[in-house]
Amino acid sequence: MIPASFEYYRPKDLDGVLALLRDHGDDARVMAGGHSLIPMMKLRMAEVPHLIDLQDVAGLRGIEVGAEGIRLGAMVTQSEIIAHDGLAQAAPILREAALQIADPQVRNMGTVGGNVANGDPGNDMPGLMQCLDAAFTLVGPDSERQVAARDFYEAAYMTAREDDEVLTAVTIPLPKGGHAYEKQKRKIGDYATAAAAVQILKEGGSCASASIAMTNLSDTPIFCEEAGAALVGSTLDTAALDAAVAAMQAAIDPSEDNRGPVDFKRHVAGVILRRAIERAWSRA
Amino acid sequence: MGKKMHIQMTVNGKAEEFLAEPRELLIYTLRERLNITGPHIGCETSHCGACTVTLNGKSVKACTVFVAQADGSEITTIEGLGTPDALHPLQVAFKEHHGLQCGYCTPGMITRATKLLEENPNPTEEEIRFGMAGNICRCTGYQNIVKSIKAAAAEMNAAKEAAE
Ligand SMILES: Cc1cc2nc3c(=O)[nH]c(=O)nc-3n(C[C@H](O)[C@H](O)[C@H](O)COP(=O)(O)OP(=O)(O)OC[C@H]3O[C@@H](n4cnc5c(N)ncnc54)[C@H](O)[C@@H]3O)c2cc1C
Ligand code: FES
Ligand code: FES
Repeated sequence: MIPASFEYYRPKDLDGVLALLRDHGDDARVMAGGHSLIPMMKLRMAEVPHLIDLQDVAGLRGIEVGAEGIRLGAMVTQSEIIAHDGLAQAAPILREAALQIADPQVRNMGTVGGNVANGDPGNDMPGLMQCLDAAFTLVGPDSERQVAARDFYEAAYMTAREDDEVLTAVTIPLPKGGHAYEKQKRKIGDYATAAAAVQILKEGGSCASASIAMTNLSDTPIFCEEAGAALVGSTLDTAALDAAVAAMQAAIDPSEDNRGPVDFKRHVAGVILRRAIERAWSRA
Repeated sequence: MGKKMHIQMTVNGKAEEFLAEPRELLIYTLRERLNITGPHIGCETSHCGACTVTLNGKSVKACTVFVAQADGSEITTIEGLGTPDALHPLQVAFKEHHGLQCGYCTPGMITRATKLLEENPNPTEEEIRFGMAGNICRCTGYQNIVKSIKAAAAEMNAAKEAAE
């Protein structure tokens, strides 16, 4: 499996990346860890005449945990997320989710920026970031903007990022309450059959707020506001759980593939969401 | 043919310098260019871990890294871990505890296990299975691989204590 040939660049700063993207337009693509892009290039499903490796670009690394929120540089790897104790304390759902992505070798290369920019519905971090209401920083030739994770995904591999923009960072407001990332997969290293990211705040014995996002059950991640709303004000009794699962079922649109037929995926999605809500509640 | 680029890397302590197309996969660089045939190609699709090497201190699958990405890097393969006369404790343990049958997965397994034991010198069985999840073996059923890694960890910890 040999990919088509390409010109390789390893710029040292963002200006260098932006200049290459400007010069080569559609023919250029950035590469982070390469663990989604290289397999596609080997299969010749992606052709990249000009490949811009981000590994030496200054300013794209680093994990900052502040009083208001968290900033993850785009090139932070999944392994670095897992290893960072301050991060695990501030937003434990990040480590819990990252540990369910792929395997140790892949997590050493795969980055948060690549995972959220890729646009593959199978990626776990887009739904996770929607649950956490994260924002992505996009830097273009003469602009910098923030796009909410909840507004970023348009269709499979189609996102709000323009071709000449680089995703430089992910910022996350400090999550409150209990969390859970539940994922059903066929084996370790597999993409989700269904996954749920849940963050719940409990106040005075009832649910004050709930944020729910689902992965690999549509051609984009599904942030399901109605499912969260169904829990608010309740004590997470059966009726509230049933209502949340029903709202989620109305929002997803799974299709049949090698992970199973539609009915099976809907069944798994229900089981996974129930588990995630119950676990998040028990930690709230 | 694409344009070649000048590549430098240190493999098992030896400086290497050559011209290669950037699209060359690191596993082919090692096996076919440098004749380092310990790392194997099992799946070539980033799943099996037979091609595992240590790149700048981290376990990676060499079938999913372009040689261009590894320009300027330091790489360790199974060849860099022990010699027939002075085996690495993991190599001894795999031999003693039947951690291999056909041996195809073994270079990747052992290379990965060296990093696992650096990250966690005293792993539980569960931690070993989780830490080795990127390496597939179709022969052993994993029982003896886990046993081997546990035994090597004990041996390495005892040696460290004795040295202190
Ligand atoms: C065996 C295997 C199993 C896997 N299992 C899972 C899994 O269970 N869950 C999961 O979520 N993922 C999984 N992955 C994917 C893995 O997490 C990837 O590493 C990740 O999706 C992409 O990150 P990357 O850094 O490798 O990006 P790359 O492959 O380098 O890039 C992916 C795409 O994003 C673009 N891109 C990358 N960085 C930026 C940036 N900063 N700005 C703009 N665009 C950018 C690239 O141009 C490319 O189109 C698996 C991969 C493998 C090989
Ligand atoms: S050959 Fe690289 S993972 Fe199988
Ligand atoms: S010993 Fe044969 S594949 Fe592992």
